[in-house]
Amino acid sequence: MPRADAHLRPSRRLTNLDLLEAEAIQIMREAVAQSERPVMLYSIGKDSTALLHLARKAFHPSPPPFPLLHVDTTWKFRDMYAFRDAAAREAGMELIVHVNPDGVARGINPFEHGSAVHTDVWKTDGLKQALDAHRFDLAFGGARRDEERSRAKERVFSVRSAGHGWDPRRQRPELWRLYDASTGPGESVRAFPLSNWTELDVWLYLHREGVPVVPLYFAAPRPVVERDGALVMVDDERLPLLPGEEPETRTVRFRTLGCYPLTGAVESTAATTLDVVEETLTSRTSERQGRVIDRDSSGSMERKKQQGYF
Amino acid sequence: MATVEGSDLLAAHRAKDVLRFIACGSVDDGKSTLIGRLLYDAGALLEDQLETLAGDSRHSGSRDGDLDLSLALDGLAAEREQGITIDVAYRYFATEHRKFIVADTPGHEQYTRNMVTGASTADAAVILVDARHGVTAQTRRHTHLMALLGIGSVVLAVNKLDLLDFDRSAYDRIVAEYDAVAAPLGFEVLSEIPVSARDGDNVTAHSGRTPWYDGPTLLEWLHAAPPHHRGADGPFRMPVQWVNRPDPEFRGVSGQVVGGTVRVGDRVRVEPSGITTSVARIVTFDGDRDLAVTDESVTLVLADDVDATRGDVVCCGIDPTEAADELDVELVWMGDAPLEPGRPYTLRVGTQSVGARLATPTAELDVTTGEHRPTTALTTNGIASLQVSLDRPVAFDRYVDNPDTGGLIVTDRTTHQTVAAGMITEGRRRSAAIRWQDLDVDKDAHARLNGHRPRVVWMTGLSGAGKTTIADLVQQRLHADGVRTAVLDGDNVRHGLSRDLGFSDADRVENNRRVAEVARLMCESGLVVIVSFISPFRADRDAARAMFADDEFVEVFVDAPLEVAEARDPKGLYRRARAGELPGFTGIDAPYEAPECPDVHLDATGDAAGAAERVVAHLLATGLRAVDGR
Repeated sequence: MPRADAHLRPSRRLTNLDLLEAEAIQIMREAVAQSERPVMLYSIGKDSTALLHLARKAFHPSPPPFPLLHVDTTWKFRDMYAFRDAAAREAGMELIVHVNPDGVARGINPFEHGSAVHTDVWKTDGLKQALDAHRFDLAFGGARRDEERSRAKERVFSVRSAGHGWDPRRQRPELWRLYDASTGPGESVRAFPLSNWTELDVWLYLHREGVPVVPLYFAAPRPVVERDGALVMVDDERLPLLPGEEPETRTVRFRTLGCYPLTGAVESTAATTLDVVEETLTSRTSERQGRVIDRDSSGSMERKKQQGYF
Repeated sequence: MATVEGSDLLAAHRAKDVLRFIACGSVDDGKSTLIGRLLYDAGALLEDQLETLAGDSRHSGSRDGDLDLSLALDGLAAEREQGITIDVAYRYFATEHRKFIVADTPGHEQYTRNMVTGASTADAAVILVDARHGVTAQTRRHTHLMALLGIGSVVLAVNKLDLLDFDRSAYDRIVAEYDAVAAPLGFEVLSEIPVSARDGDNVTAHSGRTPWYDGPTLLEWLHAAPPHHRGADGPFRMPVQWVNRPDPEFRGVSGQVVGGTVRVGDRVRVEPSGITTSVARIVTFDGDRDLAVTDESVTLVLADDVDATRGDVVCCGIDPTEAADELDVELVWMGDAPLEPGRPYTLRVGTQSVGARLATPTAELDVTTGEHRPTTALTTNGIASLQVSLDRPVAFDRYVDNPDTGGLIVTDRTTHQTVAAGMITEGRRRSAAIRWQDLDVDKDAHARLNGHRPRVVWMTGLSGAGKTTIADLVQQRLHADGVRTAVLDGDNVRHGLSRDLGFSDADRVENNRRVAEVARLMCESGLVVIVSFISPFRADRDAARAMFADDEFVEVFVDAPLEVAEARDPKGLYRRARAGELPGFTGIDAPYEAPECPDVHLDATGDAAGAAERVVAHLLATGLRAVDGR
C-alpha cells in the first residue's frame, strides 16, 4: 500500500548494523515477553559483550529484566574474571556464577582429562545444572550461525528437551518476525539474538558503539609456549610445562576466548578495535581455528549440541 | 597502521546495507555448488574451512577429489552422510557494499514448508534450473511460491550451460519458456542469467564463454536488487512487544516499527481497541528521537494514559490496521498431521496470540500451475484457502500490504509445533446483525465456536473419595486440549451460592437443585461443567439428570470405601464427625446411596491421573467433539 506522498516522507537509511541491532532487540523482547524465567548466558567474550550491550538497549530505561549466568570452568583467563564482575556491575544486573561441584571434587582439568571431558563436565554438565537449579525456561546465548557449519540451520529460538538435548526434528520453522517460545513440560528454549551476525559485524558494532572488551583481544607482549602448533598463554602457574617448553614473550592476541589452556593465541599487532576490524577483514582463517574442541572431527559440534552443549 | 585508510575502510563497511535472498533448486540443479561458489569467490570460506572442505571432498566429494564446493554447505553430519539437505540453512557473505544473507532450502516438493519459511524473510530469489532440463514442474512451483510470499525480485540462474557448450539458442528457449510462466506473476524485477556454478561463469565474473550475453553477473544482479523494506512505504505500524515500566513515572510500549514512520506528535491509534492518542516521546538507549522508521526497535511513550499492551498494534491514526475475529487466509500446512477443522489451535499474528479454529478448506492451490481447485482436506506441504475464527478480534493488514501484520503462524496447543503459516487475504467481524438478531446463539452455535459440545460431568462420592482432585485433573486435561470448562465444587458452593443453607434433608435437596440449575446455565453457554459434589441421594442426582439432554449428563461415581476415605480425611471432617461435631455427615450418620449404573465408575483407591484420563476418554468417545462443520 505505497502512499502517494511516500516520497515526501522523512526517511533514514538503515545500515546492516542498524538492522542487526534492531533485530536482536526485537528477539530479546519477544523472548522476555514469552518466557517466565529468562536468563542470559554470559561467557565474557566479544559476542557476550555485544549481547549484554544489546540487552541494555532493548529494555532501556528499565534494566534488562533477567540475571546474567556465567558457567565457570575455573580455567578462564584471569583478565576475563575481572572484566566479568565489572561488566555486571556496570549493567546493574545480578550475576550468577555456577561452578560444577562435581568438576571441583574431581579436579577436572584439560591436561589430565583431555579437552573433551573438560568441556563435558565444566560446560555441558555445569550449564544443565545451573539451568535446572534456577528453573530457567529461556536462556539467551551469543551463538552466531556463521560460526560453524552445523549452526547454519540453528533456529533463533531453539527448543531443548527436558534433558536439554537438541533434536533437529523438534525445531520449529521461523517465519517473518514471528517467534514461538512456548514450551511443553520440561522443555526450555535457547534464544540467539546474534544468529545473523558475522564475526566482522560483531567487531564493527563494538567499535561503533564504543563498547570495551576484554583486553586479551588486543595485541600485547604475553608469555606463551608453542604447543601442537598453537600458541598457549601461560596465564598462571597451573599450566604444566612439557619437557623443552620455555615460555617466551611474544606479541599476541586472541580471536576467541575460552579456557586459557585450550585457547590458541595468534601473533598480531592489532592493538585497537579498529586494528582488529582490519585484521578480520583480511584474515584468511576462521576464528574457530583457535578452539581445540572444534577440530576433533568435522561433526563434533553437532554431537556436543545434541548432548546439551550450548 | 594507516589510520586514515583504516577509517575509510571502516566507514565503508559500517555503511553497508543488507540483502536477504533465497536460493531455490535441488542439489541436482547445482544449487549447493552455486552458493558454495558465491561464498568462495567472495572470500567467505577461510583457509581452515577450505582445509576441512578439501578433506571432505576427498572423502565424500562427487568431483574425484577436486574441491567440491557443495560440501561447504551441508551442515549436519546425518544429512551429509545421506547426501540430502532437509531444512533451511542460512549462509553469510559480504562485499564492501553489501552483506548477503542466503536462505538455502532444498527444492523437492515435500519441502514446500522449508521454502516458504526461507522466502518469508527474503527480499529476492535465485531460482536455479539445469540447462539440460529447462523449465520443469519444480521451477514452476518455486516461482509460484515466490509470488505467493510476495518476493519482489527474481532471477533465473540457468546453470550447467557448460554441458551444452554455452549454446545460445538453448538458453534463449529456456528464457522464453520461463518468461511465459513468471511474467504474469507481477514480480518487480525478473531476470535470467546463464551460469556455470562449477566453473564460475557469470557468477562473480563475466564469462568469456558467453560473448552473446551482456547482462549482469549473478553477484552484480544481487548488488543491484532493491532491499524490499517491507511495509516501509505504507502507513505506520508497531506491534507492542513489551510494556516498559521501570518506575511509576514511566510507561512506554516497546516494539519494532514494521510499517511506515512515526514522529513525535503524530496522532496514532491503538488497535484492535481503536483508542486514539498521540506520540509524546520516542525513547532509545542513545537518547530521545523525533523520528523512527521501519525496522527500528524503539519505545514509545503515548500522550494520554492509554492502556496499550502486548499484542496491540500502535498505528497511523488516519490509516489504521483493520480488526477482525474472522479471517480469510492462504494457509501453508507444515504439520505432520493433517488439518483438523473445528479443533482449537493457537494463532500468532504480529505480537498477538489468540485461540483459533480453522474451517474446512475450500480451495487448494496447485503451485505447479498457480490454479485453485476444490478440496476439503489439507495435509503437509499443501496450500489452501480457508476461513479462521478467532476467540477475539485481532489487528491485521492484508499480507500484500504488510507481511509483518498480515503473516501468521498456527501452532498446536499440545505439542507446541508450528503446524501452518498463513497469509491474510481478508478479514471481517462476525456480524452482530446475523448472529445476535436473526439467529439465536444456542448450544449449537456455542459448540461451533468452541469446537466441542457442552457436558455436565457430575462426580458423586463420599467426602475424601478424591472428587476434587480428579475434577481438577480432568479440567486441566480438557483445558490443555482447548475445551472450555468450569468446576462447581460442593464446598465452594456452600461458601457462596448456598451460604444460607444447612445440612437438613430439605436444605440438601435445595442445595442440589441450585447446583444443577447453575450447571444448566453454564451448559447452555457451551461449557463442560465438572460438578464435584457428594450428592448422596439417588433421587437428587436423577432430578439433576432430568434437566439435561441424554448425552449431556455424565454421572461419574468416584468410588472409595468408607475406610479409605476416612483414612485420607484431607479436611479432618471425619474426625470431627466421629467426635459428634458434624451431625448428619454422609457415611457416618447419614446414608450414601451409590449410583446403580453410573456412566463412569472409577475405583478411587488407585491413581487419580488414570481416573481423570478415563473420564476424558469417556467424553471423547461419546461425542464431545461432534460439532457440525461449517
